[in-house]
Amino acid sequence: MSTPSKTDKAIQDLLRRAAPPRAEFEDLVIVPIFAVVAALILGAFTMLATNVELATIGQSYIALLKGSVGSLNAISETLTAAAPLILAGLGLALGFRAGLFNIGAEGQILMGGIAAVITGFSLPGLPFVLLLPLCLLSGALVGALYAGIAGWLRAATGAHEVISTIMLNLISYRLLDYLLRQPFIQREGRADPISKSVPDNAELPRLLDWLDPNLRVHAGIFLALAAVLVVYWILYRSKIGFEFRASGASPDAARFAGMRSGLIIVAAMATAGALAGLAGANQVLGVLDRATPGFSAGIGFDAIAVALLGRSHPFGVLLAGLLFGALEAGGRQMQVDAGVSIDLIGIIQALIIVFIAAPLLVRAIFPWGFRKPADVRKE
Amino acid sequence: MAISDQTTPNIPMKLDIGEQRQARITGTVLIGLSILVALVFAMDSDGLAVFRLSRTTDALPLPNLAVPAQSFNYLVSAVLAFLGVRQFARGGARWTSLSLGIGMAIAVAAFLVWATAGKSFSLTGMLQATVVRAVPIALGGLAGVLCERVAVVNIAIEGMLLAGAFTGALVGSLLGGIPGLAAAIAIGGLFGFILAALVVSYRMDQIIAGVVINLFVLGLTSYVSSQVFQEYRTLNNAPVFRAYKIPLLGDIPVIGPMLFQQNLFVYGALIMVAVSTYYLFYTRRGLRARAVGEHPRAADTLGINVYRIRYINVTLGGMVAGFGGAWFTLGSVGRFDENMTGGRGYIGLAAMIFGRWHPVGALLAALVFGFADSMQQKLALLQTPIPSEFLAMAPYIATIIVVAGFVGRARAPAADGKPYIKE
Repeated sequence: MSTPSKTDKAIQDLLRRAAPPRAEFEDLVIVPIFAVVAALILGAFTMLATNVELATIGQSYIALLKGSVGSLNAISETLTAAAPLILAGLGLALGFRAGLFNIGAEGQILMGGIAAVITGFSLPGLPFVLLLPLCLLSGALVGALYAGIAGWLRAATGAHEVISTIMLNLISYRLLDYLLRQPFIQREGRADPISKSVPDNAELPRLLDWLDPNLRVHAGIFLALAAVLVVYWILYRSKIGFEFRASGASPDAARFAGMRSGLIIVAAMATAGALAGLAGANQVLGVLDRATPGFSAGIGFDAIAVALLGRSHPFGVLLAGLLFGALEAGGRQMQVDAGVSIDLIGIIQALIIVFIAAPLLVRAIFPWGFRKPADVRKE
Repeated sequence: MAISDQTTPNIPMKLDIGEQRQARITGTVLIGLSILVALVFAMDSDGLAVFRLSRTTDALPLPNLAVPAQSFNYLVSAVLAFLGVRQFARGGARWTSLSLGIGMAIAVAAFLVWATAGKSFSLTGMLQATVVRAVPIALGGLAGVLCERVAVVNIAIEGMLLAGAFTGALVGSLLGGIPGLAAAIAIGGLFGFILAALVVSYRMDQIIAGVVINLFVLGLTSYVSSQVFQEYRTLNNAPVFRAYKIPLLGDIPVIGPMLFQQNLFVYGALIMVAVSTYYLFYTRRGLRARAVGEHPRAADTLGINVYRIRYINVTLGGMVAGFGGAWFTLGSVGRFDENMTGGRGYIGLAAMIFGRWHPVGALLAALVFGFADSMQQKLALLQTPIPSEFLAMAPYIATIIVVAGFVGRARAPAADGKPYIKE
């Protein structure tokens, strides 16, 4: 009797792998879709509450759609906005997997970006094939070092990374302001804090400017895609990735298994910072062409939402980054077409995360269609 | 038995090594400061540093405090060196923390004397500004204490402050100052309740819930201020609570202007710190709340309703933060600007840790941050050679140092950050 039951079990296992059971499907697909729809509806209520007319609300959501996927230009804008979100979001996701709540992507983006700009204009003589990778590398390196501070503080003194990364963000704004006023960085003849421009041979090449010079999508999106694969490989195929996940899932177990928790914390923070630094380099080399105060424009905070929405999985982050990029691009169109402030997008994004991160809440609001909380607890 | 025989002697030895290490580090820091003060501050300063202690209009004017800059700084350097060497000479001395604290304080004094040398500077004005700037940080820290004592990590203080500031401006413009303040407290309490619901009932990750509330409040207030306030400016023009001088006490030199010539928010913060200290440490309810934070299962077994106590405390914490948020609009400028809290809530969280999860400690820590903040403002007027950006960074760097230096020694409530699932 034992043999058939064993094969039964094997077959069941196989089946489970081929077709994930309903619970998993619900978590990975239905809940996110539900979260987006519910957030959009609540966003509409917010507009109603602030005296926006019903017709304008409809118009604004049409503009949101049109501005994100409605034309080639819209798609180009979506991809342009998505690339840094994906890069920084991957870093944060990797941190989450390792049990680190890194809020410092904003500062790491700023530091990585300014490093890439400085490398770019300091070595204008180098050929494109050398200079661009060098710029990206310096961005990643400086981002890693900046995040490494918080990692080291956590490992050496136990200072919680949430507070230290927030402080490092606030410090980075001032540091950037200071750097942008230094004579070797500030653009000649300008009194305001603005850096010199990145030379043409350090820029991420535009992909579609042969079709229309206004299409801004650039090679950074490939960088982001490559990063998705690399992070997937690190997390699920490499030893250090296993250690990240192990110490994230159970720090004590990981320590008893002989993993060096301090080293893992610093390594995870540095990798996350490198990705955020790359996001910063991507912005200055692909879109902005220079550094100005606060050029990160909140990408680091949006990336937290992206990582949470993507369930800290590289492919999830990719999809979430594309969605948030679409919201960003569509939000700009919404502001132009319907006159609704782009800050509405921030509300929608926060609501999306609430619904994603509190599945019990979703099930409480919508008891039908989802499994009962009791089933969840049993697993 | 064998195991205990092996391990017991190791533990005190290890502790000794840790203390010695700490003494070594402290000693090095103090000697470094001493060298810095001697080489940079003392060499470079000459003339008198004049500190004005009172205004001419004060009832009991004090004479100005004139300090000979160079000799004062050499003296400070000598004292620092003495404290530092003493740490090495008597490794593991009991006064390690105290020495470091005194050393930091007199190093800051040396810095001030150096910056003021040859000029004059209103010390009382700076101390008054210190107290004012400490208010939102202290209230944020107090909100944090109330929440973390029942084991709920409240990252959302920043959002609660911002919501309080926004509501204070909006309702204050419509109905006047007192209703505005009441509305700010109510909205803070509402977000506290939402946080409690998310983390206690729906067991959402506490840090994620806090970050989400921050993002949501930031989005909502920015949206309304750009969508509505731009058009209807009268909605964003609230009356400001003026300073009220307490008779007699307000006439005491230096201390009077600091503590007794302030507005409602300063008095409110002081009273709230006193009341919550009493509540947490001298009442039965407070004892229960702390039990919930340390060992919820034991508290539950004794018949304490863990969930209800968490709801109550987190909502109270939210109300305190809402009051602190109103400071930004009703207590200073009367107008709401996007993201005007600028990270004060997070600094409040650091003040809570620095203050060892105690209301009075949080207040004292907030005063340290307020001092750094106001010093940066006043020093900009003195035109020191230090770039203003670095002075602006000082409070944040101080926060990191504090969190890194003190977190090991201060102990958080044992169940902090963990959800409790009733069996």
